[in-house]
Parts: sequence; C-alpha cells; structure tokens
Amino acid sequence: MEIKTKASTKKNQSKKQQPISGAEAVVKCLLVEGVDLIYGYPGGAIMPIYDELYKYQDQLQHVLVRHEQGATHAAQGYARVTGKVGVAMATSGPGATNLVTGIADAQIDSTPLVCITGQVGKHLLGSDAFQETDIVGISTPVTKWNYQITEAAEIPEVLAKAFYIAKSGRPGPVLIDITKNAQFDTFDFEYQKCTSVRSYKAVPDVDKSQLLAAASLINAAKKPLIVFGQGVILGEAESEFKALIEKTGIPAAWTILGLSALESNHPLNVGMVGMHGNYGPNKLTNECDVLIAIGMRFDDRVTGNLESYAKQAKVIHFDIDPSEIDKNVKTDVAVLGNSKETLAKMLPLVNQNSHESWMQEFKEYHAIEFEKVIKDELFPTKKGITMGEVLKEINQVTKGKAVVVSDVGQHQMMACRYAEFNQTKSSITSGGLGTMGFALPAAIGAKMGAPEREVIAIIGDGGYQMTIQELGTIFQTKAAVKIVVLNNEFLGMVRQWQQLFFDKRYASTEMVNPDFVTIAKGYHIEAQKVTKRENLSGAIEKMIASKSSYFLEVFVEKENNVFPMISTGASVSDIRLS
Amino acid sequence: MNTETKSYTISVYTENNVGLLNRVSSIFSKRHINIESLTTSQSEIENVNRFVIVATMEEQQATKIVGQLEKQIEVIKAYVHTDEETIYQESALFKVSLDSLLDKRQIQDIIKTSHANIVTVARDFFVIEKTGSRKETEQLYQDLKPYKLLQFVRSGRISVTKEPMNISEMLKAF
Ligand SMILES: Cc1ncc(C[n+]2csc(CCOP(=O)(O)OP(=O)(O)O)c2C)c(N)n1
Repeated sequence: MEIKTKASTKKNQSKKQQPISGAEAVVKCLLVEGVDLIYGYPGGAIMPIYDELYKYQDQLQHVLVRHEQGATHAAQGYARVTGKVGVAMATSGPGATNLVTGIADAQIDSTPLVCITGQVGKHLLGSDAFQETDIVGISTPVTKWNYQITEAAEIPEVLAKAFYIAKSGRPGPVLIDITKNAQFDTFDFEYQKCTSVRSYKAVPDVDKSQLLAAASLINAAKKPLIVFGQGVILGEAESEFKALIEKTGIPAAWTILGLSALESNHPLNVGMVGMHGNYGPNKLTNECDVLIAIGMRFDDRVTGNLESYAKQAKVIHFDIDPSEIDKNVKTDVAVLGNSKETLAKMLPLVNQNSHESWMQEFKEYHAIEFEKVIKDELFPTKKGITMGEVLKEINQVTKGKAVVVSDVGQHQMMACRYAEFNQTKSSITSGGLGTMGFALPAAIGAKMGAPEREVIAIIGDGGYQMTIQELGTIFQTKAAVKIVVLNNEFLGMVRQWQQLFFDKRYASTEMVNPDFVTIAKGYHIEAQKVTKRENLSGAIEKMIASKSSYFLEVFVEKENNVFPMISTGASVSDIRLS
Repeated sequence: MNTETKSYTISVYTENNVGLLNRVSSIFSKRHINIESLTTSQSEIENVNRFVIVATMEEQQATKIVGQLEKQIEVIKAYVHTDEETIYQESALFKVSLDSLLDKRQIQDIIKTSHANIVTVARDFFVIEKTGSRKETEQLYQDLKPYKLLQFVRSGRISVTKEPMNISEMLKAF
C-alpha cells in the first residue's frame, strides 16, 4: 500500500510522543473515529488488542457477544439505528469465519461496518498455523473493501481508510485483518482522518441535465408512482423526500428496507412493494406511466418477473451507485448522486400537483386487500391468534414510536406489513440476505444505539434458536430489549411454500421446541407466554411497561399464510390474495 | 435485447495491491463467466496496474461487469472493448526436440514462413517464439505438432486501445 505523505507536514506541530504498540494504535484510531461501542469476542490472535481495550474501557465499551455472528448483527443494528459505523471484532480462524454471515448481510443491505480480525503472525502466514484462515480471501466477495495489515505502522492509515470507505458513498462492510506481530510492534502513532481515496469516487457528480429530464417526465406524468428504498434513509434525505412527494402529490410505495423513511399514516404512503407487499402498489406498478425509483435496487423480490415489470412505464432511477443503473430494470433517466442532494435539487424543478383519481385506484385496491386479507389478519374471528393482531396490539401501545427489529420468515413479513412507524430508522430487518438469527443480536445493537427508544424484536421460533445464545449478552449488558417470539411451531415461511408449491409435503419444517420461557428465565430475563387472545394485550402492555429486557412468547395459529403473494416467476400484477 | 455472445476485452486500471486479483476474478466467477485469458502488468502510469481480461459474454453482461469492476475501491477505471477497437497480441513458446530441427528441413521452412524466432538452442532442444494473433500462434501450433512438441504455452492477450485512455487525468479528478 502506498503511504501518503500528507501527514508529514503536520508532524512538526504535534508534540513528540512515545512509540505505542499497534494494538494500542487500533484503540486510539477507534476513539478518534468517534467509536464508543464495539461488539466482539476475544481469542489468541487478537489478545494484544483486547489487552488495550481493558486499559481503555472507560472510553470504549466492548460488548462481549456469545457468538461472533452476533457481533456483526449487533453492529449492524447499531449502525442502522444511528447511521454511524458499527464495529465488530474477532480473533483469527473460527472467530473470523463466524463473522462472515453478518458481513455478507451488511454488504447486501449496504450497512456501514468495520470488522477487525486478529491474524497469526506475519512469519506464520501461509503455514497453516493454528487458527490461520485466509479471512481476506474468504471475505473478498462480501466486503466493500478489505485489507491485511502486517506492520504496525500501517494501522492508522488503513483504519482511517476503513472508516471512510465503510461510511461514504453507498455504505458497506470493511474487514481489516491484523497480524499479531503488527499488534505487538511499536511505532510513532499519528492519525489523519481519511477524506478521499484516489481510485474511489464515493458520490457521483449530479448531472443537471438528468435532473431536468427527470423533472419533465415527472411533470408530464398522469399516473406516476414512486418506489423508495433504503437510499432515502442512508442519505438522510427523509425530509427532502417528503417535500418532493407532497409537492408533486405522487403516491409513494416502499421496499422492505425503505420502511419507516416515510411515516406509516402519511396520506401518500401506499404501502410495500414486492413479494408480500400490498396489493395496490404491486398491481399499479404495471399501470403507472412513470416509475420513479429512489434509492432502491430492483431486487427480484421486489420486481417479480422482470419480463413483465413496469414495461409500460418510463423509469427514472435515483441512486448513488452507478452500477445499479440498468442492472435489473432498464432506465430512461438515471439521476446519480446522494439522495439528499438530488432530491433537494429536484424540488424546485417539479410542479405542484395532485393525482386524486390515481390515488383513488390505490384506495380501491386497498379496500379489496383489506376485505380479503387484512381484516382476517388484524381482526380474526377464528380462535387462534394471528401474527398480525400481535403487531396491531404492539402498535396500540407504542404508537409507532418503537424500533421494530424483525427476523426472517412469515413474522418478518407480518411485522413489516403491519407495524406502524412515525419516525425514520425504525424498522431493522435483514432484507437482501434474509438471515435467520439476525434479529436478536441486531436488537441488542439497536437498543444500545438508541437507548431512549423502545426496541422490540419480532422473531420466529426457528430463527430465535439460531442466535438464542445472545440472551446471555442481554443479561450481562442489561440491554432492555423486548423480545417477542411468534411461535407457530413451524419454519413457517418454508412450510407456506411447501403447502402452496409442494403439495403440503412438510419436509423438515416442523419444530419441536423447548420451553422458551424457562430458557429466558434461566438468563434472568422476565418472561411470559400467551396462548389465548384475551391475555394478549395485557401481556404486551406489561412487556412495554417493563424497564428491563422482557421475553414474550405468543403461540400463534400454526398454519397461517402470508398474503398477498407474488409467486416466484410471476408478474407483480399477478399478485394473489389467497 | 441482444443476447448474442462474443469475445470482449476488458481492461482494468487498478492500484497495485495484494488480493485485488481475487476481487477482480470473483466478479466474473460469481456470474459464471469463464475468463479465457488474463494478463496483469504495470501500466503506463507508475504504481498503476493494468489487467487485460478476455471473456466471451453478452454485450449487456460486459457492461454490467465493467460497472461492478469500477465499483471496487481500488479499481480506477474499467473499459470494455470489442476486438475491432483494440490492437492485441499473444505470445507463444514452443519447445521442440533438437533432433527434429536437424532432421527435418520442413521445420526450418515453417519457422521462416511463420515469422517465428528461435530464442534458444540447447543441447537437445530448441525454443521457438511467436507473437501475433491467436490465429497465427494456433497455426504454428498445428504446423509444429507433428514434430515432437515437448512443451507449448501461450500467454494471455495483451492489448492497447485505438482510442486514448486518459487515466492520468482521471486520477487527478478523484
Ligand atoms: C440462516 C437461514 N437459513 C435458512 C433460511 C430459509 N428460511 C427462510 S424463512 C425460514 C423459516 C423461518 O421460520 P421461523 O423462524 O420459525 O419464522 P416463521 O416463518 O415461522 O415466522 C427459513 C428456514 C434462512 N432464511 N436463513
């Protein structure tokens, strides 16, 4: 790596310091970057850094997770709720490989992370030493950038670069592997924040002509539809976004990762697109005349069959990442740039407008969806509790103010469909990777990132058991996370597919579960079980009223399905209601 | 949509870092695209490397691959070119037993007509070098095959574009 000489001019000004170890330098770098919380797990190859963490514990809190996967997910939860970079740390070999799922999740969901792994000494690299794994090789396809440090003197520059790359442009995970000798060796520490990397353009320049082209399409549109994703949240462009939709009167639908960027009860919020999204926005995607995609990437779960996706519409795509343009859907106008900037610049170019009869079409579809799907989910007449009514009861208590962290499966779709939000950065879920086991550790990170907010994890009985050991972290750190397990005694989402597409052959989806309440109590977490509707709202109120962590298990209807649904290979407009 | 596949040359200007080859090649393998040849060397700019990658794919895939390559932090710029837009060469080495050179007049004729060079003559073998298009090295390979070819190796394609590249200016602009 090329060592830049920028720092040398400053050298004379800073007072002469004693050389410090690479390990101490790592901690100092984290402090300069404003990190006050990291998630990790120690081991041989990273012990020098842990020794420094011990010395600096009053400035930098280290949260000991129970499995390194939990460290990455907790760091993700923290990053998503704060907008800051999450930091995870692990030892070499198995410690490092255990991080990989979380890193892959952060990569596909554009979450800024810096992961630091210990590595065997430089002289041992390539010798199949104890706990040596090529984590740089392994993590290459799932990191925005990664690098192996083998000399202490590289630490400041590389870590500065790591934080810059993780956070700037389209965010993502960075992994820095540090050999043990580099942690032990001493050098003269000096830190310069990184503000540019010569081969990397974080944010593309905004092209005025594209803005004008987009504006003229928008101004002429009779049936425009906005589909927004996490780009609005990552760009902190919520208010610019809202100003734009309010001025133009354009209905706005969200992808799962865009959820909470616009409050749920906003009159122009027409719901979720995609596989289990709402009826109206999916149907009308194939009727709009201009489709305005903002900070989203046309995932296949959003588009269904591309051959019949919005073919009638002119497509405008706002994105920070040029490689997303035309990747899945051919664009007529691409507006590159940071959403905060591009949306602000769009505002004066668009006409004040309203689209009442077009909005009416959404309302009509919503009425159908309400009648055929939502009513039974939220106001069931059958005996069994539905997942939707659990969310409805939670809404009643939290009034849309809570952070909802959902895992993966039916309960996730229900949480995203029915939870209400009136504040951004409030829905945290594993969208792109669909990582079961995400929610419990991510909720820990979210709670630590936003201690003043209520954080509720909604998890299935399957995914819960993938990272259930993080109850230990909750107990040890006293993170006041509220955990709701919606227990259907099935891997529900897979069972649903087996029912619909595999003639009800329930291969390995039935779960024989332990007593989750006893387990929670074993971790000294207050816990309760609900099996009857009449006890549900009381239990939820009690859970929310609790000042400490709380576990609530709700036995829900075993074989309910999530609808609407776009079957694989089907078009968005072929969305089915049953 | 044009789904016809053809051979594309992808040139990638990068920082000179360990591990970058892995990152570059995984962009192809992830999409199940077979790299036919890959050459990496320094470029006209100090500390900047250049990859020349040849692969057969659809035009659309080629454009997307370039987008994905450019997204990598240490990639400065990536280009895709068709054969017509570049000037390219490959090198081949042929190790032949010395007996055949002495015995067979034909071999000497082959070497002469193909404009190949003899780079080494040792006690019991000699080495022929040929630089040119794939067709030319392939032809020589076919011609020499009957004469106890001890070893054969062909390099990846190296190519320069007819159009200017302007990488230095680009580096200043970051
Ligand atoms: C790590 C991982 N393994 C497998 C899957 C495939 N998968 C998706 S949803 C699902 C079922 C989830 O079951 P559960 O956690 O009980 O939630 P439910 O669907 O019943 O609400 C499975 C197995 C996955 N997404 N992630």
